[in-house]
Amino acid sequence: MEPIIQIKNVSKTFIGKENQVEALKGINLDIHKGDIYGIIGMSGAGKSTLVRCLNFLEKPTTGTVVVEDKDLSALKEDELRKVRTEIAMIFQHFNLLMQRNVLDNVCFPMEIVGKSRAEAKERAMELLEIVGLADKAKSYPAQLSGGQKQRVAIARALANNPKILLCDEATSALDPTTTKAILKLLQEINQKYGITIVIITHEMAVVQEICSHVAIIDAGELAEHGTVEQVFSHPKTAAAKKLVFMVNPKATEMQGKRCIRIVFSENSSFEPVIANMVLECKAPVNILLADTKDINGIAHGQMILQLPEDEAIGNKMIHYLKDRKLEVEELDSYVG
Amino acid sequence: MWDNATIMMLVEGTFVTLYMTVVSTLLAYILGLPMGIALVITAKDGLRPNKVIYKVLDIIVNIVRSIPFIILLIMVIPLTRVIVGQSYGPTATIVPLTLAAAPFIARMVESSLLEVDPGVIEAAQSMGANIWTIIWKVMLAESRTSLIVGATIALGTILGYSAMAGAVGGGGLGDIAIRYGYYRYQTDIMMVTVVLLVLLVQVLQIIGMKLSKKLDKRMK
Repeated sequence: MEPIIQIKNVSKTFIGKENQVEALKGINLDIHKGDIYGIIGMSGAGKSTLVRCLNFLEKPTTGTVVVEDKDLSALKEDELRKVRTEIAMIFQHFNLLMQRNVLDNVCFPMEIVGKSRAEAKERAMELLEIVGLADKAKSYPAQLSGGQKQRVAIARALANNPKILLCDEATSALDPTTTKAILKLLQEINQKYGITIVIITHEMAVVQEICSHVAIIDAGELAEHGTVEQVFSHPKTAAAKKLVFMVNPKATEMQGKRCIRIVFSENSSFEPVIANMVLECKAPVNILLADTKDINGIAHGQMILQLPEDEAIGNKMIHYLKDRKLEVEELDSYVG
Repeated sequence: MWDNATIMMLVEGTFVTLYMTVVSTLLAYILGLPMGIALVITAKDGLRPNKVIYKVLDIIVNIVRSIPFIILLIMVIPLTRVIVGQSYGPTATIVPLTLAAAPFIARMVESSLLEVDPGVIEAAQSMGANIWTIIWKVMLAESRTSLIVGATIALGTILGYSAMAGAVGGGGLGDIAIRYGYYRYQTDIMMVTVVLLVLLVQVLQIIGMKLSKKLDKRMK
């Protein structure tokens, strides 16, 4: 299948008065229709620049982006504007028009494409219904909470039936509960309307929650990409490991003790596996990190355990876990 | 001294002052508003950066703003004669008032527009809005409160300038104050004109502030 977005060798250099900053270095990435593609990286990694290259708010210094067979770098100004009406975007700080009420905010993109006022209003009400804010149509953004503002922004983004939705740190200004609700809404939109979603974030939790694919950007380069399963289970690069383990590699290393990382996936059975292992082996383990989630009765996520010093018992434990179809990997140097 | 003729003169003076102020402000906005917009749009991180246009506008605005109004008033007399046909009287005063106020207004419009959240402008760009939509529906609409406050300040300043034009026979309350207070030592009439001018500024100020507050939807 032809990808809906092809990022082709995109580089972006910002030229300052005294120095040049290479924000992106030769990024190649394909995003397919219906994907929820997470682009993750530490702050300053270049991910916000990358997402702005997808609708040419930033023009790449070299390379290009192809959206549905249209090479954005070859388009004229007005053609580019037309393509942008099909690529919606939501932002960390919502970017609503503060002097317009909620309904008129949602109408704004339809004014841009020249829809009639009556038609726009009807569609806007429909969209507010979808995001659960129909009762706030006459409110002004200043009267809404962060989560509600982002819902308005999502309704606005959907106004012109976009094929792609770009989310630039869309949940970074929200609390964890609101973040979950917004992510769920995005997932519904993806499933119901088949809109391809690109999510820029610095939080692995966001990627885990809803993304099908993930690309890791590190210092302007594409470090790793693939399905979330792949990257999450077997992070290859240092940047990926850093994000998956959520730890700082510069911290002092744990020495002399064996650490293992367990990945829970759909294969894991419904049993208190760690507790059973401890009972079976009659030796304690130290849980250094646990990040698991219960999805339909099955644990998903990861744990990092420190094993007893006795090598035989340690081996036994690894064996025990592997028998239960958990992915186990020994970490030569876990830093926590 | 409070005969009918004097009172009529003061009432007429008040209306003449208002006429000069309001018409000059309107004309100055016709010149200054596009200049202010152009300054923002052509600035280095504006929507259409253009060093030449920006620099030229910037210099014109600064030059005109540096000339004391009383001097500008005299300097533009030849132009006033061409446009109005005479160099004295209320209508003639509108010419220098407009010329002096336009750059001042351009600067105020510029600073109002720069207050608009760049993120909102970026959002409009991401929706495929063209530059005119962004100027009209985002920049001007979002900064309307600040623009109204600016217009209120402009009205007050232009009203003050119009009184200065009294020195060269410009008409209005300033003219009365100078003729009676300065040339004839009739301090009482001068004081009355001063009170009237203060009241005018107050009224304009209150109306402007009320209006801007009413139109501001950013408060809860």
